[in-house]
Amino acid sequence: MPMLSRGGGPARRSINRAPSPLIALALPWLTIFLGSLLPGWVLIASAPVLPPVGFLLFLSWRQLRPGLLPIWSGLPLGLFDDLFSGQPFGAAVLLWSLAAIVLELVEARVPWRSFFTEWLVAIGLIVAYIVMGLALANLAGAGAHIGIILPQIVISILSYPLVGRLVAVVDRFRLTPFMAV
Amino acid sequence: MAPPANRRSGFSRRAQYSTFLSYTAGAVAVVVGLVLLALSIVSPGAFASVRSAAADVTAPAGDAAAVSRSFGRHTVDSITGFFTSGREHARLKRELAEAKVRLVEAEATAAENRRLKKLLGLKGTGSAPVAFARLTRSTSASARRFAIVNAGRNDGLAKGMPVRSSDGLIGRILETGASSARVLLITDTESLVPVRRATDGVPAFAQGNGDGTIRIRLINLGINPLKNGDVMVSSGSGGLYRPGTPMAIVTKILRDGATARVLANPSDTDFVMVEHTWAPKETPPPASPKSGGR
Repeated sequence: MPMLSRGGGPARRSINRAPSPLIALALPWLTIFLGSLLPGWVLIASAPVLPPVGFLLFLSWRQLRPGLLPIWSGLPLGLFDDLFSGQPFGAAVLLWSLAAIVLELVEARVPWRSFFTEWLVAIGLIVAYIVMGLALANLAGAGAHIGIILPQIVISILSYPLVGRLVAVVDRFRLTPFMAV
Repeated sequence: MAPPANRRSGFSRRAQYSTFLSYTAGAVAVVVGLVLLALSIVSPGAFASVRSAAADVTAPAGDAAAVSRSFGRHTVDSITGFFTSGREHARLKRELAEAKVRLVEAEATAAENRRLKKLLGLKGTGSAPVAFARLTRSTSASARRFAIVNAGRNDGLAKGMPVRSSDGLIGRILETGASSARVLLITDTESLVPVRRATDGVPAFAQGNGDGTIRIRLINLGINPLKNGDVMVSSGSGGLYRPGTPMAIVTKILRDGATARVLANPSDTDFVMVEHTWAPKETPPPASPKSGGR
């Protein structure tokens, strides 16, 4: 009964196996699409309280696997986010693309990274993203005070390491060799 | 963590070109974003059809999310209710006895109201609701306050129709898709509702603050007559919101108005009711009590 034998280690199970190229390529995009949809479904909020999960996943994927998502990936991913986020259309395209370019430049300048430097870079980008999101919404007709986004900024910053763990788990699954070659 | 080695272009022309092209594509994405943003700021309705189509497509998942949200809330309520049921039961019995007396009084008032209206020749302002729907999704990560309901053009919804729950006003329809519609919640900063104090009709405007509270701005400046605990109801001025829909309760007095809390918290509602736009068909008589003191 080969299906039930658990004796073989990871090397035994992965012998003559390769990760599915489709899953390996598509999973980052799918998780970010899902992340853009998720905050809306969780609750009908009376204030901006949930983190922009799509953007956090986007940052996480780019920090964990630089180069996996191309620099222009902010265009399709941001377009999808704009459909559901409630921000003026185009805001996410602009801000996600800018974030991707900034991340790329930071990575070229500071190649050695640790948990805290990555979190620090992400904190800078998250704060800039949320504040500029409010500024763009106000430009498009809202008149919201900057105080209303403070809770969201704190929640987003604190949840970023968790999002990073989630991305790491998905990344392991993405590269699990299960296709026979 | 060490930098990935394959990210340096080195002397390879091919690698240099692909790096250059990827940066160019990134810059193009920024420019596209700027153009889209400028378009949507100049004409806010430009992308309404795309957004509505996207909302229609994701409607089934939104329905499932709404059902599970309400299930979760009811489960929590049941568990907490288990611990407080004795006290609640006694209190409810007391309130029921009181309410029965009030009900008889209210019936008498309603009958008198009908008789007086007939005497004046006024038409009844009540009309059938357009649709009952669930709030499926909201923009909880944005500074704007929108929600999606799972009823659309096919159910007779149109732009501007007021949306309310059993507790009070929720918002109004902003964009309609085939089977879903976008609601501008009253807590959004762009939502402006003409209101009056329920007891004596002091007129005011209610504007959302964006953080779940409402800013009440009095129309007649001078001495601020508002007090904590005053209930504001929609006044029907402008012909959009039905007069007398409960809306907010005053929590903090300011110099030229007050800050208020909404009565109908959209996260606590299972179903909402979409009503027809309230536009008086004929000019009301001058002393009509329905004209909201304006």
